[in-house]
Amino acid sequence: MKTAIRIILAAIIGLSVPGTRVEAEEVKIAVASNFINANRELARLFEKATGHATRISYGSTGKLYSQIAHGAPFEIFLAADSQRPVMAEEEGLAVPGSRFIYAKGKLVLWSLKPDLFTDADRYLKHGSFDHLALANPKTAPYGLAAEQVMQRMGVLDSLTPKLVRGESIAQAFQFAATGSAELGFVASAQIKEWEGGAGTLWEIPPDYYAPIDQVAVLLKKGEANPAAIAYLEFLRSDTARKVIERYGYGVE
Amino acid sequence: MAFDWQPVWLTIKLASTTTLVLLIVGTPIAWWLARTHTWYKQALSAVVALPLVLPPTVLGFYLLIMLAPDGPVGRLTETLGIGSLAFTFEGLVFASVLYSLPFVVQPLQNAFEALGPRPAEVAATLRASPWDRFATVVIPLARSGFLTAAVLSFAHTVGEFGVVLMIGGSIPGETRVLSVAIYEQVETLEYGQAHLLAAGMLAFSFLVLMTLYLVNGRITRSHQP
Repeated sequence: MKTAIRIILAAIIGLSVPGTRVEAEEVKIAVASNFINANRELARLFEKATGHATRISYGSTGKLYSQIAHGAPFEIFLAADSQRPVMAEEEGLAVPGSRFIYAKGKLVLWSLKPDLFTDADRYLKHGSFDHLALANPKTAPYGLAAEQVMQRMGVLDSLTPKLVRGESIAQAFQFAATGSAELGFVASAQIKEWEGGAGTLWEIPPDYYAPIDQVAVLLKKGEANPAAIAYLEFLRSDTARKVIERYGYGVE
Repeated sequence: MAFDWQPVWLTIKLASTTTLVLLIVGTPIAWWLARTHTWYKQALSAVVALPLVLPPTVLGFYLLIMLAPDGPVGRLTETLGIGSLAFTFEGLVFASVLYSLPFVVQPLQNAFEALGPRPAEVAATLRASPWDRFATVVIPLARSGFLTAAVLSFAHTVGEFGVVLMIGGSIPGETRVLSVAIYEQVETLEYGQAHLLAAGMLAFSFLVLMTLYLVNGRITRSHQP
C-alpha cells in the first residue's frame, strides 16, 4: 500500500521511480540560444531513434547557468562556452568527467541588406552606420568573440557608441534580421537557417577570436536518468555530428 | 567596484519624461472619454486599456518592427530627419508612453466622470473661458486623479522591463535602465550590485505606493462633510 501511494505521488509530481520502469523517459535540456535550430533537429532524431522524450529550454548561457545554480530542474546543459560547464562541475552541479565539446561556434558579420559591404575591414573602420548588434559580451560567448574581433581590427573604441547588445545571440540576430541594426555579429548557424534573403556576409577568420568551444555537461539532476545519458551519447554519434556540421558548426 | 549610478539616473529621466508626455497626451483623451457618448467610445477605451492585458513581448515585437529604419514609424522619423528611434532614449520614451497610457488615462477619466459636468457649467455661467474653466476648476477638483495618474505612470515606467529588453539594446546611458541592469547583473552573477539595485527598487516602489495611498486618503477625507 505504502509503495503504491509513493508511486502515485511520484507520478503526480513528475518524478520517475528508480528501478520500477525501463520504458521511455523524459530528459530536460538547457540549451544556449545559438544552438536552437540544430538542437531542434537533433531532438527530433533522438526521440525517433530512442523513444525517449525531450523537454528543452533555451536562453543565454549566462542565464541558464544562473538558473541551474539556483535549482532549475535541467539534466543536461548545452552551453555556448566551456567556462560555465567547468563552473558547474566545480560547484558540484554537474557530474565530473561528463564534459565534452559538442560544437565549435563560428562567428560571422552579417547584414540583412544585400551588397552592404565588400571589404568588412574598411566598412567597420569607416563606420557609416548607426547600429551594430552583438550579443552581450558579459553573458554570451558569441558576444565576447565579437568584441575580440573588433579589438583585433582596432575598431572597438570607435564603434562602442554604435553597439547594441542583445541579451543572447538570438536577440542580436533578431536586431539585425528586423533591420533595426544595420548589421550584426551573429552565429553562422543562424544564417544557415535564415530564409529572408542572403544579405551581406563576412565569414570571420577563426584566428580573429578565441575558439568558441561549446561544451555539453551532464548535470547532477540527470545522473540517474537513462534518457539524459542517451542524449549525450547521441550528441557524440556520427549522425548527430553530421547534423551539427550542416548547421554551420565545427566538430572535434 | 564603485556603485554605478547611471542606470538609476537614466531610469528617473525616462520615467519623468514619460510621465510629462503622458499627462499632456492623456488629459485630452481622458477628458474626451469622460464626456463623449459616441458609439466608438468603447472601442477607444479598449485600445487605451490594451497595454494592461498584452504581454510586453507583443508590444516589444511590434515596436521593434515599427521603429526599424524601414518600418512605418522608422520611415516617418527618418523623413522628419530625427533618424530611427530603435535603440535610442527617445524610442524608449515612445514605447513607455504607449505602455503606461492606461495608467494615466483611466484615473483621469474616473476623476473627470466623478466630477460631472456641473462645476464647469457653473463656471461657464460666470463667464469663465473654456481653458479658464479647465485650469481653475477642473484641474484643482480632479487633483487626486492627476496625482494618481502621475505617480502610477512614473512607477509603472520605472518597473518596465520586457519592452525595454526587446527594443533597447542595453546601451549604457541611453537604454540600459535599472530593470535591465539588474537582469544583466543576475545573469553575470554580480549579486552584490544586483542586491543593491533590487532592494532600492523594492523600497522605492513601496514608498511611492504608500505615499499615494496616504495622500489620496487625505484628499478623500477632506472632501467628506
